[in-house]
Order: sequence, then structure tokens, then C-alpha cells
Amino acid sequence: MPSEKMLMIGSHVVAEAAVRAGCRYYFGYPITPQNELPEYLSARLLEVGGTFIQGESEVSSINMVLGASAVGARTMTSSSSPGVSLKQEGISYMAGMELPGVIINMMRGGPGLGNIAPSAADYFQATRGGAHGDYRTPVLAPAGGQELVDLTFVAFDLADKYRTPVMLLGDGLMGQVMEPVIFPDFIDLKDLPEKDWIVDGCEGREPRALFSMFLGQQGELYQHNLHLQEKYDKITAEEMRWETNCPDDAEMVVVAYGTAARIAESAIEELEAEDLRLGLFRPITLWPFPKPALRELSKKVPKVAVFEFSLGQMVEDVIFSVGERAEIYFHGLPGGIIPTPADVADFLRSAAKGDGKVGRRIDV
Amino acid sequence: MSTEVAFEQIFGRPESLKTNPTHYCPGCGHSVAHRLVAECLDEMGLREKTIGVPPVGCAVLAYNYFNFDMVEAPHGRALAVATGIKRVHPDKFVLSYQGDGDLAAIGTAETIHSGNRGERISTIFINNAIYGMTGGQMAPTTLLGQTATTAQAGRDARLHGSPIDISRMLAVCDGVVYVERCSLTSIKQIRRAKKAIKKSYQCQLDDLGFSIVELLSPCPTNWKVSPKAAWAWVNDEMTKTYPLGVIKDTTGYEDKK
Ligand SMILES: Cc1ncc(C[n+]2csc(CCOP(=O)(O)OP(=O)(O)O)c2C)c(N)n1
Ligand code: SF4
Ligand SMILES: [Mg+2]
Repeated sequence: MPSEKMLMIGSHVVAEAAVRAGCRYYFGYPITPQNELPEYLSARLLEVGGTFIQGESEVSSINMVLGASAVGARTMTSSSSPGVSLKQEGISYMAGMELPGVIINMMRGGPGLGNIAPSAADYFQATRGGAHGDYRTPVLAPAGGQELVDLTFVAFDLADKYRTPVMLLGDGLMGQVMEPVIFPDFIDLKDLPEKDWIVDGCEGREPRALFSMFLGQQGELYQHNLHLQEKYDKITAEEMRWETNCPDDAEMVVVAYGTAARIAESAIEELEAEDLRLGLFRPITLWPFPKPALRELSKKVPKVAVFEFSLGQMVEDVIFSVGERAEIYFHGLPGGIIPTPADVADFLRSAAKGDGKVGRRIDV
Repeated sequence: MSTEVAFEQIFGRPESLKTNPTHYCPGCGHSVAHRLVAECLDEMGLREKTIGVPPVGCAVLAYNYFNFDMVEAPHGRALAVATGIKRVHPDKFVLSYQGDGDLAAIGTAETIHSGNRGERISTIFINNAIYGMTGGQMAPTTLLGQTATTAQAGRDARLHGSPIDISRMLAVCDGVVYVERCSLTSIKQIRRAKKAIKKSYQCQLDDLGFSIVELLSPCPTNWKVSPKAAWAWVNDEMTKTYPLGVIKDTTGYEDKK
């Protein structure tokens, strides 16, 4: 049975959703601002017969995920920016070995130790592969609230469906804000498609090995990479997600994801009173980025305004999507502060006028 | 009337080894160690419930030689991967097989903490005092005075630190129940090593805790000596820095001497 409506902070929401999505194995290392997530699971997983391990580092934690995944479990880790950097080698191995798993990044300010306030400056790392090799990681960007529940389920399903690590990209604010949510019922792990590739002891069959190394002289690694690319092409064709809320007569569409989109939404509402007709395009999968949808929209709206909690990362995907079909304006706030709708409203007013006072026009 | 002759096979390939020829150099300890690991699994009936984790090192292709399920791990992370495996399948038999660079340099944290958590894992630690796979660089276990491509005048304590004895470091962790160091370079020691490996497997089957068998192992290629000289060097020199024998045993098993 679905739960009652519950008021919970974002980190707890993701944790509870993961348990209901069948995750029984969590491995992670503490880092602010996402500690509430492992804290919650450390108790919750015991209640449902699962395992929680506080690893000795993010490096060991992601490799515990790798091991648990290889033997068939739904498994996850979570961290915030510096910790996710440490997980990258493991994520690359999981991509190469085609192992499912969910990685939560509640982003904080960087580079380096940065600070613990929210940020969205890990977009490049999340969407461009992050570590070495030709691979991609599907990246889901919830805007908080109920979507944290829904996309956590999606993350586990995508991971299993495509045998790939999947990242859920939130931020420190989203992890701390309390919102009402409804949880679906616990899935029954027995209802999931059988994994016929796992390694669990070779009783009654030939031994299996899971590996990412291809030393053969017959182009084995080359073929493996082409196989991975086919998978990424399929994900690109079938799994793009976005939300558009754009009146037909909009003069400008705002592109923002995650918490930035929530703040942009408030700014858009505020500007309605000033007779500015604005729409919102919110990418939900950051990889694959919903380029075709944004491209279509940009044929109908003369201006596109990009707002990010970084000094300009997603904007590159917007430029790829929109090209010269519309004027592109950009305003980015470096992470590590909490932006307000007023910040965004100032930018949108300026972009609408094209006066260049807040943000800048992108010369494509 | 035909004459019936009964043959009894008294030596053969363990079922836990595939028939693939290995890529190990002549005189390399990895070959002997593989055989011991496999014989012990066979004799204890564990092959079909075993999940092994090879290292990144000369034994990176161990899954081509071992005839049971295996999962690759990044360099140094075998025990983290093995932890994930064992926690999902406590009823399976989980083995890590690692070199000195893998286990005692890049993977030190994983080694110590898996031991300290008392993970029910059996670890085979191949100490050849050198980075074999990458071509003879200094290992954390390289002996003082021993040359390596990155310590060309020989290891110097002031410059490089002294050889690390990670088995003794593990022994201070409560979760570690059994640590023994053997060598692979005499018949007697090979027999001793086999007993130690079996005992380490038993620790896991009896749910006692973490156990590790360190095997002093020749690398003639990167020591740049003949196989025979390499074996002698293990016996004469390596054992001075790494004395053989039981380092820790809280198993309570009878065979304790
Ligand atoms: C992250 C990372 N760093 C470095 C390497 C290169 N590398 C591969 S094996 C190895 C050392 C192997 O030495 P050891 O663990 O002693 O095993 P041996 O080959 O001697 O059996 C190194 C440094 C790697 N594969 N990955
Ligand atoms: S380089 Fe050394 S450790 Fe590697 S296979 Fe050859 S002898 Fe063995
Ligand atoms: Mg070595």
C-alpha cells in the first residue's frame, strides 16, 4: 500500500524511496550536506533485513556497491561533491563491467573543499562521464518533493534495465528541505526481471567472470566500446525526460533544473504581474539531455534564458540544442550560497529587455 | 584372457583450475599459489559456492585460470568488492587474491578496514616485494637495499621508508582471527602454505572473522635473476624481513602448534 502523505526532508525521502524500490545494501562515507541520508538508512535497513556499511572512504564504498551489484543486489551509495569525485574510478569500472547501481550526489560548493551550501557545479562531472573512458552515466535531476521519490524508483529501474550506474543529482538544499511526499508500496524483488549475468557461485553452470579489461588482439575492447555506445544510443533515444510549462505566446523560456528550476518557477510567477510572458523548460534527465524537445521549443520562442547554480555548465547543452534558433541569455550563480527568486527575476527582466545588466547574452 | 590393469590417478589438475595455460613467467610464485588455492577449494568442496576477486597486478587475469565465479576489482579495491559480495551472499565462499602493491599500498585502507570489520573473507596475499605487472617498480614490501626501477640504488629507509609488514598490522585488529606467513619456495613451505590456506577457508566457513595467508613469492623476471636464484633469495633474504610462521591465531582450532 502507498504511504500516507508524509512530511520529510529530502535526504530521508530518497533513503526511504530507495528501500521501497528494493535497495537493501547501502555503502557510504559521511559528508555534509547529505549525512541525513546514511543516518536514516543505518537504522532503516536493519529493520528490513538489509545491510548498511559505513565504508572507510568513498573509494571503498563505491567498490562495495560494485561487489554487491555483481552478485545481483539492488544497491546504492550517496555522497556530496568531493566524495563523488572519489567515487569516479569505481563508477567507470561499473560502466565498463555493465553493473547497475545508484549514486546519489547532493551537490555542495566547490572546487576543492568549497563549502557545504548547495551548488550545481558538478554538472560536467555527472554528465560527461566523470572518470576515464568512453562511457556515460544516466543522470536524473529531481526538483525536490515528490519527484525525489519517483526518480529514485526510476534510477533503480534504469540501472537494472540497462546494466549501468545511474546518478541522482540533487543538492544540499534539496536534501535538507522538508516537503510532503507519498511513497509507493514496497516493490517485491521477485517481480523484477531475473538477472542472468550475475556471479553467485557456479553451481550447475559454467563459471562466469565480470570484468572491464579486454586485452585481446582481435579488437575486443573496441567491440566492447561499440557495444556500450549502442546502449548509450538506446538510452538517448528512449529515456529522455523533461517538463515544459510554456504558454503559447511566451516571449522567453527559462531553462533550469533541480532547485534552480524551483526558484525560477517562483520568479516566473512573480513576473507575471509585470506582464512578462515566460515559460519554463526543465530537463529531468541531464544525460541524456532532452535536446530535441528544447530544440522544438526554441523554434517557437524568441528567447531562451538559462539559469544555473554554477558559472555555466548546462548552458553548453542548451547551446547545442538551441543553436541560433533563439537568442540565448545566461545567468549563473556560483554554488555555495542560497539564491533567491529575486536574483532570478532580475536576470529575467534584464534578459527580456536585452539590456545586459544581469547575466549575459551568449554569442553562439 | 585379457590382463586387467587398474590405474589410480594420484595427481592431476584440480577442478578449480581451468585448462588454459597461464601467462606467468617460469619460476613465478603465482602459478604455485593458484594451484594451492584451487586444490584447497576442491578438497573442501567449495568450488561451486566460491566467488573470487582477483587483483590488478600480474594475477589480473586469474579468472582465465580459476574455474569458479570471479569479479574484477579496481587496483587495491578487491577487499571492498569482496565485502559487497559477502554481505549480499553470506552463505557463499568469498576469496580475494592480491599482490603487495594491490593489498599493501593502494589498497591499504581497504585491507585494514575489511580486517577490522572482521569480514568473513579469506585473503591470499602474494608478497613478491616488487610491482610485477608494471615492470619492477618499488613495492611497499621491497626489502632494504633491494633494487627496483624506481629505487635504482636500492631501497633506503630514510628515502623510502622501511618494508611494510601489513600482516602484522592486520594482526592487531580484533576482527582478524588468523594470519600466517608461508613461502612458496620449498616443498616443506608449500605444504605448510596449503594447510594455512585450508585453515583460512575454515575460518570463513565457521564464521569466525577475517583471515589472511601471506605467501612470499618469487618474481625472477623483475628481480632479474634465474628462477633458482629467486627461490633461494626468498629463502635466504626475504624471510629475514618477513619471518615465516603464524602471526595471529585466535581460531581455537586444534592443529595449533
Ligand atoms: C589506479 C591504478 N593505479 C595504478 C595502476 C597500475 N598498476 C597495475 S598493477 C600495479 C602494481 C602491481 O603490483 P602488485 O600488486 O605487487 O602485483 P604483482 O604484479 O607484483 O603480482 C600497478 C601500479 C592501475 N592499474 N590502477
Ligand atoms: S613479472 Fe614476476 S610476478 Fe609477474 S608473472 Fe612474471 S615472475 Fe610472476
Ligand atoms: Mg608484487
